[in-house]
Amino acid sequence: MALSNSGFVKITSPHTHGGNTTSRIMLLVILATVPGIIALTYFFGWGTLINIVLASFTALACEALILKIRKRPISFFLKDNSALLTAVLLGIALPPLAPWWVTVVAVSFAMIFAKHLYGGLGNNPFNPAMVGYALVLISFPVQMTTNWTVPYFMSGAETIPFTNSLSVIFSGTAGLSDAFTGATPLDTYKHLAKNETAVEILQNPLFSSDVAGAASGGSASNWFAGGWEFVNIAFLLGGLALLALRIFTWHIPLSLLAALGTCSVIFGWDADLYVPWSLHIFTGATMLGAFFIATDPVTASTTPLGKIIYGAGIGILIFVIRTWGAYPDAVAFAVLLMNFAAPLIDTYTQPRTYGHEKAKRGMPAKLDTSTTDSTSKEG
Amino acid sequence: MQPITLHSFSGGIHPQENKHQSTQTPITVLPLPSQLIVPVGQHIGAPADVIVAVGNRVLKGQLIAQPKGFVSAAIHAPTSGKIVAIEQRELPHSSGLQGTCVIIDSDGQDTWLEEIANGSRAIADYLEADNEVLINRIRDCGITGLGGAGFPTSVKMAVNGKNIETLIINGAECEPYITADDKLMQERALETMRGIQILLKLTAANHCLIGIEDNKPAAIKAMKEALHQVHGEHFINVVSIPTKYPSGGEKQLIEILTGKEVPSGGIPAEIGIVCQNVGTCEAVYRAVAEGKPLISRITTITGESIEQPQNVEVLIGTPVKHLLDFAGFKQEKSLFQKFWHSIGAGSDNSAASAAKPRIIMGGPMMGFTLSSDELPILKSSNCILAPSQKELPANDVASACIRCGLCTEACPADLLPQQLYWFSKSGELDKAEQHNIADCIECGACSYVCPSQIPLVQYYRHTKGAIKEERAAQDKSNRSKIRFEARQDRLDREAAEKEAKRQARAAAAEKAQAAKKAAAAKAAEEAAKNGDANPDESSPAQAAVKPEPVDLDKLQKQLDAAQAGLKKSMDKVAELKAAAAAEKNGDTEAPIEAPIENMEVFEKAVATRRDKVKLLALQLAEAKKSAPVVKKEITRDDIEKKLRAQQDRIDKTKQRFELAQEQGSETLPALQKGLDKQMQKLKELEEELAQFDKAGA
Amino acid sequence: MSSILIAIVLLATLAIIFGAILGFAAVRFKVEGNPIVDQIDHLLPQTQCGQCSYPGCKPYAEAIAAGEKINKCPPGGESTIIALADLLGVEPEPLDAEHGAEKDVPMVAIIREDECIGCTKCIQACPIDAIMGAAKQMHTVITDECTGCDLCVEPCPVDCIDMVPIATTLQNWHWDKPDDLIATTEKPHETPHETPHEKEVH
Repeated sequence: MALSNSGFVKITSPHTHGGNTTSRIMLLVILATVPGIIALTYFFGWGTLINIVLASFTALACEALILKIRKRPISFFLKDNSALLTAVLLGIALPPLAPWWVTVVAVSFAMIFAKHLYGGLGNNPFNPAMVGYALVLISFPVQMTTNWTVPYFMSGAETIPFTNSLSVIFSGTAGLSDAFTGATPLDTYKHLAKNETAVEILQNPLFSSDVAGAASGGSASNWFAGGWEFVNIAFLLGGLALLALRIFTWHIPLSLLAALGTCSVIFGWDADLYVPWSLHIFTGATMLGAFFIATDPVTASTTPLGKIIYGAGIGILIFVIRTWGAYPDAVAFAVLLMNFAAPLIDTYTQPRTYGHEKAKRGMPAKLDTSTTDSTSKEG
Repeated sequence: MQPITLHSFSGGIHPQENKHQSTQTPITVLPLPSQLIVPVGQHIGAPADVIVAVGNRVLKGQLIAQPKGFVSAAIHAPTSGKIVAIEQRELPHSSGLQGTCVIIDSDGQDTWLEEIANGSRAIADYLEADNEVLINRIRDCGITGLGGAGFPTSVKMAVNGKNIETLIINGAECEPYITADDKLMQERALETMRGIQILLKLTAANHCLIGIEDNKPAAIKAMKEALHQVHGEHFINVVSIPTKYPSGGEKQLIEILTGKEVPSGGIPAEIGIVCQNVGTCEAVYRAVAEGKPLISRITTITGESIEQPQNVEVLIGTPVKHLLDFAGFKQEKSLFQKFWHSIGAGSDNSAASAAKPRIIMGGPMMGFTLSSDELPILKSSNCILAPSQKELPANDVASACIRCGLCTEACPADLLPQQLYWFSKSGELDKAEQHNIADCIECGACSYVCPSQIPLVQYYRHTKGAIKEERAAQDKSNRSKIRFEARQDRLDREAAEKEAKRQARAAAAEKAQAAKKAAAAKAAEEAAKNGDANPDESSPAQAAVKPEPVDLDKLQKQLDAAQAGLKKSMDKVAELKAAAAAEKNGDTEAPIEAPIENMEVFEKAVATRRDKVKLLALQLAEAKKSAPVVKKEITRDDIEKKLRAQQDRIDKTKQRFELAQEQGSETLPALQKGLDKQMQKLKELEEELAQFDKAGA
Repeated sequence: MSSILIAIVLLATLAIIFGAILGFAAVRFKVEGNPIVDQIDHLLPQTQCGQCSYPGCKPYAEAIAAGEKINKCPPGGESTIIALADLLGVEPEPLDAEHGAEKDVPMVAIIREDECIGCTKCIQACPIDAIMGAAKQMHTVITDECTGCDLCVEPCPVDCIDMVPIATTLQNWHWDKPDDLIATTEKPHETPHETPHEKEVH
């Protein structure tokens, strides 16, 4: 038999693999955002979709460019879909009518500075999408806060036409009447609460389904947050699908929502001063943050207990920043702040290993010192 | 018995089982191979000592290597035949290192050793026999754990003093593809059950749990029937456990069946549990009730490259190639490879490796690839897996870790595999240790689920080894420190003592008696010199001369050395005498190198050395007489080689000598001496060469 | 007036209480810290080879504590330098070539015993008494204790001591570290990690 001369492959075990890949995980996460994107488009027009497409092209171009400069195989890394995911998340997070250059700046900064300068996929300490978002939020506050379109039923008309959206995004807001843009429910409630009581605030068409329904011809009913609740529910559904597919574990989303809910219930007793819990949970970027942003594995905590602390920390920070901070929403800052803490959390939350009475936590003693101890004990 | 409450271990995976391929046919006995390669180190512990020689004829079941030390196992001839070599050969091990193997050419008769064939070694009433007798039998038969690690069973079962409550029998066989234990339990359930009874008796455990994964209903049924037959229901339970990899890991099975955890770094006996594989139980039964040593085992041969996947009873030491030929090993067709390549599955590299077949010893999760099919089956080889490329593609190119945490969920030991990966990658051994890398059982579940296809287990294996190495180095350095300090202390002490003595001597010398003492010493010394050696001493030594052929050269060398020693001692005595004389003259200021008190010692040394010279001379003479001209065959090349080597050495020494001269080193006299000696040797060699030439002419 | 008194009394009381707490803590939570020399000595490889020009590891440790450079220990090599730099909070420096080069593999001394003349020179040279023998008797190295420091090679008048690498056995073998995973365009066909594990058999 010629076999003995031909030689055999020598490789390490295991010799079988479950077939899961990074690109599959990223792709599933992108697919899970589809319900949310549909809801956004339905209520706020084509802007989000245009943003996503623009962001995706920018992200892929940036990724390819940096890979080229870093002398890495371009197609190998582009295929992992991670750049695409960052782009989609940013596209969702940015206001639907944000000028095109805001999107481009946010995405390029996310890809180049937040991701590749730290060594590329897997090595970035901060969530790239949120770094990009935070940058543009701080740099261009006007464009970032006022370019949310109002839900179509409030403008008293149909959704902003596609061409109209395009022209707004690429040539400025000049042609857009004020009726099309406005602040988000969270922002609105917070500002109104300074002068008005809860009952008065709820008269605002954003919160009052009857008013909204009347404005749009009576079709809407029982809405309390101007369509945002449907957007959040859509993201929640996508997130639950990912949970069922075991793309991430329950720890972070659940602890995040629980912490945010608890905080808002505790403080929300006085609806004249504080935003009620239902608005905290079902408006803004809450569900997107809980299921798609905070669960970004690269920048989150990795231990089971650590994930709970990490999620809860984000939830509390979201509440704190929304309530007492200057910005209307807070997911980006909360996530970035907890990104800082993730390595520390990991250090102190190791699980108990099989065969150990309790978990080892904290910084290790030096290997050689422990050796001396053991030898001196034996000796 | 009470129904057993099952527990669960954390993590675990469900890979494709692929067990049905090899369970279609009954166990076949493999035809006798023409040659067997039996390594003497197949178990954990010291390799056994070979007790046979090349050319010996051995019978089937005959001991060929006996255990060395406590943790070791005997090795027996798997068939009758002739020992053709005892040499270093590559072992079936991930390292590809070599080990001592006994190579036996089969005579085709397969004749058992007489005592085994006629059944005189069998212990019929084994359940009444003494435990010590049973343990010794298990040890003599070379039984080791057949599950994988190969720990000597007799050592594991020697549980004296430990309170063992539960005996756990591992029939889980959780690795995909492997069905050896499954088939064993189906076809040899009674033998296995009787073996379990023996182990139960040895451990004195209250009860026994046999854990079998629920994907083996036939085996569970067979074992329950066997249990009924031996009437052991009151102590023994056959437990069906959920199928999940790695439920067959010792620690995991213990957790499933009892809910207890083996303490980190400890053994199950510490929590009152002993765990054995079902195959081992059967081997124990054969050893005790039939007197048969462990010379064969059931091995699964499977994979898509095998035409007839099946279980075979194979002799230990059978080359894998023999097994492959028997079951029909087909190399993948190049057409298929081309197709595989064309659809672009895997990287370029995995396509390239597809050209070469892959043979795995063990299962797809924990087995290792063999570098050749000439390697033998060991006691612990439960499976030979020859997969096709499509079936088990070679690992793809790894991409970056995205910390997805799937590995953490899969880990049965509750470790943080990805943290361990980062620490291993950056060589942070202390942090890896802090994260309990030592508790990793290397099951491969983390690698299996890793979406980035990172070879995690290999990282952990490396890091574990590196930690061990670091520890060993640290231990050694600690020992060196202690030795160094002890030596330093000793040198200081010696110096202090010397100084003290010198002072005492100086004080004594001032006394008038100094002269008297010296004179007495001189007289004594003369007496010793004239008195010659004590004849009594030489005679017993003479008698001790062994009748073996004596190496004349060696004797001559010893004689020369002894003579040189004698001369040196005599010189020393003379020197001392001179010093004594100087002291006598009152010249106390002169530095005295050797203490006068030592004079007697030196004189004694002279006497013994003289004896030795005499003795050696005598021996030499006798040896010369008894061994006349039995000179070895020396070729001219040999001498020339020696000559060249000697010249090289002299050159080196000369260089060093010159260097020493330049630096005025202390070693100068010693070097000079060495050089002289070497020159002498050179001269001798030259003479030898000349003589050789003369003789040749 | 009384308010000043009250303030003084209050502050004094507080000072006493906190002082007591601090004092208690200092005793209760006292850290048994190694003196720095011992810590340095612990990091040194303890070969006692003297290549650093100090007569042993401890004297070198003392010298480092007194400000000597940390890059004079060839047996410890780079890892020791890094460990020392870590401990002392200084920048690691490359090994000072003046004192010798780091060996790739650990070595031990072996005496070619039939050539040994029994001069005891090597025994005297061995800093850790790892050579056994007596005058005019053959000497031998206790391999397990030998640190491979080379000090016995030089004094041997007949040059019968060899330094040999410690052999790899099944007991001390372990897996290699997998190759770094980062793929580059420069050598696209050599980056996959399984390449080094392939082994040709002849």
